[in-house]
Amino acid sequence: MSVKAFKQPPALRTLSTAFVVIWLILAAFPFLWTLWGSFKVELDFFSKGDWTDSLTGVRTIAEHGSAFTDNGYEGAWIQEEFWRAVFNTAIVCFFVVTISLTFGTLGGYALSRSSYRYTFWLLITALIFRAMPPITLVSGYLLPFFEWNLWGILPTTIIVLVAINQPFTLWMLHSFFQKIPKELDESAKVDGCSQFQAFRHVIIPIMWPGVITTGLFSFLLAYNDFAVTSMLLSKENQTMVPKIASFLGTTQTEGNVMFAVAAVVSATAPLFVLVMFFQRQIVSGLTQGAVKG
Amino acid sequence: MKHKTFFWFILPTATAMLLFIALPIMSVVTQSLFTPHEQVFKVVENCGPFGCTESTSIDAEATEALRAEAPLGRFAGLGIYLDRGHLAVTEVGDAWRNRDSIGDFLGSLANLPFYRAMGFTLTYTFTVTPLLIALGFVIAISVNSLHRHLKGLVIFFSLLPMIVTPLIGSLILFWMIDSRGVIGTGLQWLFSDPDLSLKASTGLTWVMLIVYGVWHAAPFAFVVFYAGLQTLPKDTLESAMIDGATRWQQTKYVVIPHLMPLVTFVALIQLMDNFRVFEPIVGFNAEAHATSLSWIIFNDLGGETRLLSSAATTSVLTIIGVSILLSPVLVRTWRDFSTKG
Repeated sequence: MSVKAFKQPPALRTLSTAFVVIWLILAAFPFLWTLWGSFKVELDFFSKGDWTDSLTGVRTIAEHGSAFTDNGYEGAWIQEEFWRAVFNTAIVCFFVVTISLTFGTLGGYALSRSSYRYTFWLLITALIFRAMPPITLVSGYLLPFFEWNLWGILPTTIIVLVAINQPFTLWMLHSFFQKIPKELDESAKVDGCSQFQAFRHVIIPIMWPGVITTGLFSFLLAYNDFAVTSMLLSKENQTMVPKIASFLGTTQTEGNVMFAVAAVVSATAPLFVLVMFFQRQIVSGLTQGAVKG
Repeated sequence: MKHKTFFWFILPTATAMLLFIALPIMSVVTQSLFTPHEQVFKVVENCGPFGCTESTSIDAEATEALRAEAPLGRFAGLGIYLDRGHLAVTEVGDAWRNRDSIGDFLGSLANLPFYRAMGFTLTYTFTVTPLLIALGFVIAISVNSLHRHLKGLVIFFSLLPMIVTPLIGSLILFWMIDSRGVIGTGLQWLFSDPDLSLKASTGLTWVMLIVYGVWHAAPFAFVVFYAGLQTLPKDTLESAMIDGATRWQQTKYVVIPHLMPLVTFVALIQLMDNFRVFEPIVGFNAEAHATSLSWIIFNDLGGETRLLSSAATTSVLTIIGVSILLSPVLVRTWRDFSTKG
């Protein structure tokens, strides 16, 4: 087949390249702009008079003697104790990912290896649960959690996020395990392994690609959640996202907006790194459901 | 796999979902049928030198006791569903009887919190979804024709709007479109209107939220379509070309039909996701102009007075809405499963 025939005419080529450039600006510019602006004072970040102030940092120079200042970061991390929220987020994400994957691999493996009718109904139920907006469940949690004194602490939030995460994890891992040939664990069972031993010695060593992809999405869910964490955590246990939301309530005094900007940049940075290293897995995870269905 | 082995494998995940998804849904439904206790009043007679006066005061102890005894509150049946904060049956009936025109009727509906939120939620869902599919498709087509070394870089930046926490993404845009921010100032300059503020008008706020929604979700459509383009049937495309199809005709008759199942997939997923729109409203601080069902629940639950029953009722109504949007997905899954045997 001649590749030449598929070549675009120059006009179309320019047009589509221009479009990609515009889209790239739309997608990336807000982040770069905010990153740059987070090292300025508020009057530069929101510059009414001349927008180039936010690039050159005229007032930042006037106030701090240099075009960059880390006042926002200092204020957010030390004064407002954002580090505590970062620490909480790390705990929540770590446990949510570990527990979700443990539960999810066991369940997903079982669903992919059983041919009874009920597996279908379990998957359908999971699909329905996946569609429930988490905030609708939260009103169901509050009363019992208050009654039993479980409200406000990290373990409760972790287990709730694990549960909310399960339907998605189950679907992802179920379709991943289906691609692993059944003959592998069947032959292990013929050799005298129990089902669990077959899982332990045959499946676990080869399941990591699927588990990593699923783990990334569990991580994103836990990291990005706002509805559950803001409702179920007390003030001192807040994770990053609700903490940032609470900064906004107190933004009226000067300087505080910059705390929020610095916190937002700090919370975005790990996601940047994540996409950089795991781009391939994220893309394959996103398309998995689509190509199958 | 034997039933018993299956049971042990599925037990942890099933327990988690049962305890924290199934039971809460039941609890929400139950809660929505109850309304908080009213304060218990007691009448105290104060007798002094000038005779006796009766005064009514709140009996805090008795109220507390009542609450402890039945934390759910009084049984109200469907009362909360029909009250002004939710379906507002009486108000809607009145508005319908006293209407001058359909527009007038819709105007009075827009004053009722539930219908106001419903109006925005539906508008948002049904404008954002087609727009993001269109944008995602165009990006996918354009990126696909790029040089392969550039593709990775473009995909990296394209993923960012989707991966970033919705609240954070909306905050970043919110600061930029602030009347002192770079886009806000740019727009003022463009329309030469120094008082232009996107936050001040309802229409512009809606546009802003919809633009955010498309920006946030287009990468998903892009990635899915881009993956679809990699499996494009080259032979069909080639024969179409030999038959004299123009580039546009090739796209219309070969590429789009090939991607159609993916379009359905993206549309179904996004309809459900957009229906729960919530974080952007908080991030853009837009509740004065636009509310959504999820936002009403959040608002009822937060604050000093936690309106659990009211929130539960809105939750049940939201769940009903989601189920309606979900039904085509279920039908599809059912069909897939049946054909597979």
